[in-house]
Amino acid sequence: MTTITLNGVEQVFDEDPTMPLLWAIRDIAGLTGTKYGCGAGLCGACTVHVEGKAVRACQTSLRSVEGKAVTTIEGLDPEGNHPVQVAWRDLNVPQCGFCQPGQIMQAAAFLGETPKPTDAEILAAMSGNVCRCGCYQRIVEAVRHASTGI
Amino acid sequence: MLNYLEPLLETGIATVRLTKVTRRSFLGTAGAFALAAYAMPARAFDAYATGGLGMEHGLVEDPLIFVSIDPDGTVTLVAHRSEMGTGSRTSIPMVMADEMEADWTRVKIIQAPGDEPKYGNQDTDGSRSMRHHIQMARKIGGAVRTMLARAGAEEWGVDPAQVIVEMHEVKGPSGQSLGFGDLAAAAMAQPVPAHEEVAYKTEDQFRYIGKGEVQITDLHDITTGSAVYGADVILPGMKYAVIARPPVVGGKALSYDATEALKVPGVESVHELPYASMPTQFAPLGGIAVVARNTWAATQGRDQLKIEWDAGPNGGYSSEPYMAEMIATSEHPGTVARDQGDVEAALAGAVKTFTATYTQDHVAHIPMEPPAAIASYTAEGLEIWAPVQSPYTTRKDAAKAVGLDPEMVRVNVTLLGGGFGRKSKADYVAEAALLSKKVGAPVRVQWTREDDVKHSFYHTTSAERIDVALDESGAVTGWRHRSVAPSILSTFAPDEGNVLPLELAMGMTDLPFDLPNIRCEHGKALAHTRIGWFRSVSNIPHAWAIGSCVGELAHELGKDQRQMWLELIGAPRSLDLKAAGLPEDFWNYGEPIAEFPIETGRLADVLNIAADGIGYGKELPEGEGIGLAVHRSFVSYVACAARVKVADGRITVPEMHMAIDCGFAANPERIQSQMQGAAVMGMTVALHSGITFEGGAVMQSNYYDYDVVRSDNFPTVVTHIVPHPFSVHATGVGEPGVPPVSPAIANGLFAATGDRRRHLPMGVEA
Repeated sequence: MTTITLNGVEQVFDEDPTMPLLWAIRDIAGLTGTKYGCGAGLCGACTVHVEGKAVRACQTSLRSVEGKAVTTIEGLDPEGNHPVQVAWRDLNVPQCGFCQPGQIMQAAAFLGETPKPTDAEILAAMSGNVCRCGCYQRIVEAVRHASTGI
Repeated sequence: MLNYLEPLLETGIATVRLTKVTRRSFLGTAGAFALAAYAMPARAFDAYATGGLGMEHGLVEDPLIFVSIDPDGTVTLVAHRSEMGTGSRTSIPMVMADEMEADWTRVKIIQAPGDEPKYGNQDTDGSRSMRHHIQMARKIGGAVRTMLARAGAEEWGVDPAQVIVEMHEVKGPSGQSLGFGDLAAAAMAQPVPAHEEVAYKTEDQFRYIGKGEVQITDLHDITTGSAVYGADVILPGMKYAVIARPPVVGGKALSYDATEALKVPGVESVHELPYASMPTQFAPLGGIAVVARNTWAATQGRDQLKIEWDAGPNGGYSSEPYMAEMIATSEHPGTVARDQGDVEAALAGAVKTFTATYTQDHVAHIPMEPPAAIASYTAEGLEIWAPVQSPYTTRKDAAKAVGLDPEMVRVNVTLLGGGFGRKSKADYVAEAALLSKKVGAPVRVQWTREDDVKHSFYHTTSAERIDVALDESGAVTGWRHRSVAPSILSTFAPDEGNVLPLELAMGMTDLPFDLPNIRCEHGKALAHTRIGWFRSVSNIPHAWAIGSCVGELAHELGKDQRQMWLELIGAPRSLDLKAAGLPEDFWNYGEPIAEFPIETGRLADVLNIAADGIGYGKELPEGEGIGLAVHRSFVSYVACAARVKVADGRITVPEMHMAIDCGFAANPERIQSQMQGAAVMGMTVALHSGITFEGGAVMQSNYYDYDVVRSDNFPTVVTHIVPHPFSVHATGVGEPGVPPVSPAIANGLFAATGDRRRHLPMGVEA
């Protein structure tokens, strides 16, 4: 049994504690904004926050987040208006959109730690998040855009 | 020219200057822009023929199928094409809304299920959505606006000519005014007017069309995680399945032991699925399925399966000897697909010849969303929720898999987390249908990334040999291109090793060069895996070979690349099929050649725009070079100018200019996003994407050995869109950006360092 605070609400998971947080979030908690992309920590589609830090949920066991606060894209902002989300909309970032929750969670955590990043810092921070549609130019611009509002 | 991006020189990163929807108030200037349904004489736009009617189930232009208006005025429009990132789910309804004078903020979009007899063709591929549906969308919107005006006229007892429809409002001559909702029932009861009866907007009256200011309809949901993709539907009592598929196409399990798998907590059952043999069409590959209470238990269970595989007839497929065989085949005459002049005499009499062979490995699509599908089989029938490009084909295939009449099957189309051609082939849906029938509960089938990389319908592998004859003045007098590649046809019919004429017509036999002697041939290559279409299809190897060869000729002849391209393209003209040695019914992406000719002037124009944009010819630092390539595909013209930089032993592409002529640009903002995406995908094809086989099985498995361009090495793209009026037909956008990118990068690399590469992927190491 694993207890975590998921988007501000304490939740008990009666599952195998080695289950990756990704599948606990998607299949057990029913929150589908966190995406499966590779299952190996290589693409960033499943990025969530654990105690405010970006982690790959596919590489994070339920056991390892016992008692911790987990935030998914659904819980990033009550109105969906976190500055990163707003920037994403202002700059029309998405194409298919599938990787974007992970991109947004990565960017939000990054800007939380590095509010005024250099371009090189942005590129490095976002390089673990793959976008097969190729939205990188707008992703990077949106992170920069958001950084002026955080 | 519309330049959507201006590079910020100090950072090298372009700023995106895209404004949000600005809804200008027309209240003060109503007279200037007022649209009367009858005040002006009917003014039909000049309708033109497209290949849309020739598609299966053609086009449906009945507004009652696509438009409904609620009493509160909400306009609901049906999107019948799948959304995989190109924006068609927004752009086609946007065209309807503009013509009907609907306020976009009061428009709701619903997605059609797979039902082509009702909605017309739904195959979302071939870069056809806007090309085939912009006229249909205008007609539907114009008809509804006319019906609203007629309903208002009846209501007020006035001449319809005196009624104005403007921004969700219907206005009479004495200040009467009713909303769309007030007149909804009466308007929709009107007879649907013929095309000739409708006063369409003039282009200066468009509010949304051509502006690029309407944001995609799913933007908010995507950024908040509430957008629904294939694996995001949750049904009560749903089971979760993963499948161990035969590593080799046509293989099967000789035996399997599920004892340990069934011990995994959460695993409920294990099922063997029927196997496929080539030609597989879109049938599942078969294998051993593990059904569980959640995805994790299913994957854990699969890991515990003990399976003895029989590779079957394709167990000998290995890429290295296969490539050597294709190259050997290209050294001998093949079947002639185009014969203009006498290329053999030109080569025999040449003062000098140039020969090069360009090759490519297979490519897998790897959309960010791996295949996934949900099926619920009950006594009432089969219901599917899935990310599919061809929902009606999916419906028929799923019906066949479980032995139902397609009338008993409903396919609900979710958003697609990328498609690129992979999701036209819904083997994953049939798997879910089979399993739901077996377990008597809804089932979600989830493909892992490894499943996706190892069991795709792969882009073909190819060897392209080009022999060029040169005279004493250095002029090109003959061009012989031999292509050897396994065909897409092998997925559908018994394989004889021959490609389809349409595969060759993708950038090879439609060669638009102004040369006296051209011959195109193809040699046999039998397929040993499932060959499918990947974004821009055979245009990739053909443009790769032709564009690289042009770069090599420029160097051979001491010309710059632009000059070489322009000389070969020749004077502006429409390609004369007969003179080119091509048949009258030459495949032109399904479009009538009279309406969509092959225009060399447009090809040269985009080349010049891209070259000028990047500053081709300027001084560059050591280790940098610019490459050029241009290609027509999906009846659009795209040039790529790529600045390649070699530093610290790595090849990078810091900047690209993409110039596109796609006729009338209905949604320039999405065209720009497609060009940015094509630049990245083209660069991934150029440097990274190589699927190889050994013993019939794919050697790659996930992003660690099948990587893509990432945010630390993407190119800054400047997009140039050639502006045209509506009369210059809208053409393809989703695919045509990809083909010119890899030859442009190869030519840029050569310009940077003198390193000529002739195999895709080139690799990132300098």
